[in-house]
Amino acid sequence: MIDDRELEVLINEVYEYHGFDFGGYSRASLKRRVDRLYQLDGFSNFSEMLSKVRSEPGYFKRMVEEITVNVTEMFRDPLFYKVLREEVLPILGTKPFIRFWHAGCSSGEEVYSMAILLKEANLLHKSLLYATDINPIVLDTAKKGIFPLQMMKQYSENYMTSGGKKDFSHYYTANYGFAKFGEDLSEKMVFSEHNLVSDGSFNEFDLILCRNVLIYFDKDLQERALCLFDESLAKLGYLALGTKETIKFSPIQNRFRQLNREKIWRKTE
Amino acid sequence: MEKNRIISGCKLLIIGGSAGSLEVLMKILPGLNTLPSFAIVLVLHRKSTEDTTLEELIAIKTNIPVREVEDKTPLLPGYLYVAPSDYHLLFEKNDVLSLDISEKVNYSRPSIDVSFESAAEIYGKSLVGLLLSGANADGTEGLLAIKKAGGTTVVQNPESAQMPTMPQNAITYTAPDYILDIEHILKFITLINS
Ligand SMILES: C[S@@+](CC[C@H](N)C(=O)[O-])C[C@H]1O[C@@H](n2cnc3c(N)ncnc32)[C@H](O)[C@@H]1O
Repeated sequence: MIDDRELEVLINEVYEYHGFDFGGYSRASLKRRVDRLYQLDGFSNFSEMLSKVRSEPGYFKRMVEEITVNVTEMFRDPLFYKVLREEVLPILGTKPFIRFWHAGCSSGEEVYSMAILLKEANLLHKSLLYATDINPIVLDTAKKGIFPLQMMKQYSENYMTSGGKKDFSHYYTANYGFAKFGEDLSEKMVFSEHNLVSDGSFNEFDLILCRNVLIYFDKDLQERALCLFDESLAKLGYLALGTKETIKFSPIQNRFRQLNREKIWRKTE
Repeated sequence: MEKNRIISGCKLLIIGGSAGSLEVLMKILPGLNTLPSFAIVLVLHRKSTEDTTLEELIAIKTNIPVREVEDKTPLLPGYLYVAPSDYHLLFEKNDVLSLDISEKVNYSRPSIDVSFESAAEIYGKSLVGLLLSGANADGTEGLLAIKKAGGTTVVQNPESAQMPTMPQNAITYTAPDYILDIEHILKFITLINS
């Protein structure tokens, strides 16, 4: 186990040597993740870990991959997707062209879920889904659209609860324990690395989803990310967060109106 | 049990429970009226999606104000908090709650061990950990962490528990400060900081 002081040293050194700033991350979770890696890789003391992080770019890469929490699901919180389906997409559908941004998309399950909604609403052909994350490994998985087959039962249930009427298995082909989702879904997706700590706005969007990412940030970094989303949203665009995240108490809140009990806000100006 | 010292300087009472623990809480909570300068956090194994129902159920049973937990909710003395389903509940230095959606621990999210360990790091001696009925081994590691950090550990008497496995496991591996049946748990809590 590393102590609080060592964690701060690590954060500083990572910034100095690699330009990655984890200073705004919530310490409770960050510490658990670093401890986990420390144990996983069998370090016997902190300075051993530190020098490896400093001097081996490959190891630093591994660290980023391991300390980010990439757990995700298709149609996670099905009722959230139901609201997208029934209340948000019909409004966005009146536009000639729709841009989405999944910030912190992890391995892409959320993006494929959205593509399915869009396909069923007959909107996918005029949509573009940008999906970004800081972890390049999960982005590779996302590009392939290949997920564990054993999850499909749960995803199919989620899909139905979200209001899906089709046979979910039509969307993928099963092979060797994996489910590969069709290119008809992925052709409108663009995946790229983007760091919410340091990168800026890169387009204007009609719906930004950033779910279960802000929980890993402290209040200040949350605020930075929320301002970035505000900047990147078109007039009357939507912002969607995770079920336990909020824009309450943030300076952008008075420019947004909450849709209902789900964590979806619409920009009013 | 023997020590019978009154707990003082407590900032947080964290309660972990699994199968059979809700019944215990339903008996204890009506007996509590105020929490003198400490907060209660409940970490219960629960099915996802039934979130609000559990909170409502608890709110009906107690005079203590129940606060919904979202990410970065401040932890204030006098209030009761319920860990939401499908997230681990963590504690930050500035008396704020954080949520985390990482892998399940002991097949559970929220995991009692995870929250107990995190609370132990922040609250140390000012922490009381109480483990109730359950059919698995979650909570034992957490109680060990609380003990190591100087906090007080309490386990429901397995004989009074609907599911004795969880408290029994904790007793076997941690030698808790108190082993109490339901009635004495209530008395114990009312004496905290009194
Ligand atoms: C728990 S996942 C959320 C996945 C998905 N949005 C969901 O709700 O199921 C959090 C993701 O945020 C990413 N992340 C963490 N810090 C980030 C940062 N500074 N910029 C962009 N993404 C980040 C992680 O790599 C991880 O894939």
